[in-house]
This record gives sequence, structure tokens and C-alpha cells, in this order.
Amino acid sequence: MSETGHQGQGGDTIDPPMAMLAELTHRCPLACPYCSNPLQLKQAKDELSTEQWIDVFDQAAKMGVLHLHLSGGEPASRRDLVELTQAASERDLYTNLITSGVGLTEQRMNSLDDAGLDHVQLSLQGADAQSADVVGGYKGGFERKMHVAEWTNSCGIPLTVNAVCHRRNMDDLDTMIDLAVTLQARRLEIATVQFNGWAVRNRAQLMPTSEQVAATTAKVEAVRERLKGVLVIDYVPADHFATYPKACMGGWGRIGINVDPTGLVLPCHAAETIPSLTFDNVKDKALPDIWYRGDAFNAFRGTEWMQEPCRSCERKHIDFGGCRCQAMAVAGDAAATDPVCAKSPLRDELRANAIAASAGDDTQPFVYRGRETVSS
Amino acid sequence: MSEAISVTGDSVLRLARGVKMRQDDVRQRTVLLAPERTVALDETGIAILSRLNGEASLDTIAAGLARSYNAPHSVILKDATTFLQDLADRRFLEAVT
Repeated sequence: MSETGHQGQGGDTIDPPMAMLAELTHRCPLACPYCSNPLQLKQAKDELSTEQWIDVFDQAAKMGVLHLHLSGGEPASRRDLVELTQAASERDLYTNLITSGVGLTEQRMNSLDDAGLDHVQLSLQGADAQSADVVGGYKGGFERKMHVAEWTNSCGIPLTVNAVCHRRNMDDLDTMIDLAVTLQARRLEIATVQFNGWAVRNRAQLMPTSEQVAATTAKVEAVRERLKGVLVIDYVPADHFATYPKACMGGWGRIGINVDPTGLVLPCHAAETIPSLTFDNVKDKALPDIWYRGDAFNAFRGTEWMQEPCRSCERKHIDFGGCRCQAMAVAGDAAATDPVCAKSPLRDELRANAIAASAGDDTQPFVYRGRETVSS
Repeated sequence: MSEAISVTGDSVLRLARGVKMRQDDVRQRTVLLAPERTVALDETGIAILSRLNGEASLDTIAAGLARSYNAPHSVILKDATTFLQDLADRRFLEAVT
């Protein structure tokens, strides 16, 4: 049974989701200062069981999900990772493991290969052990990642390097690109820190300068051309210095569906920062029911919810008004235009604040996730 | 470091590991799935990709397609080369040497 052709508010058709982000756990050995998990982490005792996750994957595949991102926290912290991967693969889902590498062994990677894992995304917090381990807050992490890349290649599984960039590592981008090529990655994701959640506590430590942002954007363009056919680069620029907002999630409730460790179904991983929303749980409702009819998914789906300047904007089908969580955090209204937009009345103030934060002291220690402040 | 592929009639290609052609029953179409990418395929794309077996050269494949579709070999080879070069640039393909 498949469900297509659902009508949404304003008569738009609601398409089934293409991709699911499964946050298998919020447990993680790293302590990154820009952790994108919610401020209130879900506890291990509340996590879905193996059987419950497999049922979620089953429903997802049947309703039209094609890509399954196995993420966290650190997904390798789940003992049943191989079993979950196998179950997803048997349902023809394209399985993508988003990992820090910590918790993987050569044997476990081989088991994941046998289970049908399609792709590995390995995060690197810096281009060398010294800088990477300071950011990740985990000594020995970088070395472990180098092994994970090797094992991934030995299995023949395609590798993507995920590099979160910010003021303290943006100037090392060339080294990071060279490293990705050396590690035989097919793809490199360069994503600028998103300043919501935990990263807000490290704004002054992480906010890139406008010069760094411009240099990075130019460099990515040049390297894409130079490494055409060798390394595919996906780049998420710093939106605080952009003219228009990013098309967050490719549109709310349009492409992606996110399940948190406890089974809560979210339109985006940060959606819980919007207090007016209520979320359904896979333990209570069927996944298609949540996607097509859930309040949280319909809250900002399509364009009917928009206010001015979004409502009459010619870009409303391009960026969908930008990020709802950023609108909530900065404008105090989740239905406002994303404050990074040139049309937002808050944009000048936002940019001035970003420039002020980017002038922060580079020796200021990070506020690590879940740890005491550690000096770098 | 891996080498970029330059697609010609002599190229012997196959889908890279982690790139899969499959039926998308819900949307009633055939798609190519790759890391963080979904490409909806038309009939021509399906015809070309289903013949990329890592054994036949592109020229041989084009000749076969020319017979099946009763179309000029040179036109098919040119279209297939363009289509596959784009996929190669996105690292969807492997060259067999």
C-alpha cells in the first residue's frame, strides 16, 4: 500500500518523503562545541528498541523513503547497528552511516559491509590530529578516523568526508581538501556551523569573519573545477553573511523526515526549539499518518503559513522562507522570514552581531558539549 | 588519488559501488541512488545504464542501442557520452581497465 497524491492546505499535493534521518541515539563520545543535537539530549533508556527501529524503516520504505541516514549522536554507540543496517538494506533503503568513526572497528566495518551498507560519511573536526582533537574534545579521535577511512575503502564502500567549518579551521581548508583526496573520499561536505542549539554558546569562538566566508566560497568554486570527477564538493555557506536564506530541509515537510532516538518524528532535527509545535511519536501513530496529517509537519508546509515579506516574495518556492528554527531563535516568531534574509527587518542587526562575534579572541576556550570548559 | 574519467567510445564503464539503479514503486519511476543524490531516469538513461556491465565498450553499447531503437549510431554515441560524462563527473561511474 502506498499513499500518494495527498492534498495539503491550499490544495498543494503533499509528496512522500525522499529521505529519513534516523537519530539512533544521542550518545556520543565526542563533545563538539557546535553539536547539532538538541540542548536536551534523549536518554539511552528511552531509545527505541531494535524491533521498533526496524518497524520504522519498514514503514518508511513502504511510503516512499529512498535514502536512510543512520545518524546520532554516534550511531556506532548502538550495539545493534549492524542489525539495523541489514534490516534497512533488505527493505531496499539506501543506507548512509553518518559517523565520527569512534566506536567502529575493522571487524565491525566488515560486518556493516556484509549487511549492505551503501555509504559512509565520516566527520573530521580538523585537518590534523592536534586541531581536530581539540575541536572534538576527544583525544585520539583523529587517528581513529584515519583508520575508519582506510577500512571503508578496503570494503569498497564510498566515503564522504564531512567537515564542519568555522573561524578556527576555515583557513585550513586547503589541507582539509587535500586530506579528503588522500583518504580517497568521493565527496566532501563543507558545512559552516549553524548557530543554533549548542553552537550558540560558542558564537564568539566559532563565528567566521566575512573575509573567511568570501575566501571559502571562492575556493570551493575553484576546487570544484580543479577536482572535477575526483572529488564532489557540497558546500553549505555561512548564512549570516548571505543575501538570501538557505532552503532549509529543502522545504518543511517536503523532502525529509527525522526520527529522534525516542521515536519522536520531527520535520527537522532542531524543530523542538519551536515551542508552539507538538510532535507525534512512532510508538503512537503510523508514519504516513504523522507525515501527511501531523500538526508539526503541516505547520510550515507549503506557503500558506507565510507572512510578509515571504508571502509575496518571488523566491518563496526557492528557499521556502529559510530556517524556521532560526526565525524562532532570532525573531521570536517561527513564521517570520528567516532573519538572514535581505528582506528581514532584523537582518542588519543580525549581521552586525555576527561581525562582532567574528572578532572574538581565537584563544578563548570552547564550551564543550556535556563537559567542563577545557582550555585549548 | 583517483583519476577523473574522460568518457569516449572506448570506455568500459560500470556503476560505481554505492550507486544503484532501482525501481521507485511509490513514484512509479526508475531512479539512480548515490551518496546524497537521487536521479530520476528516463527511458534512454535506463537503456544505457542497464547495458553498462563493465565489459562492453560504450561504442559497442551504442551500436546495440542503434539497432534496437533504429537510430543513427553516431547520435546515440554522442548522447550517451554526454550523459555518462556528467555521471562520471559526479563520481557515479567506474572505468574498467
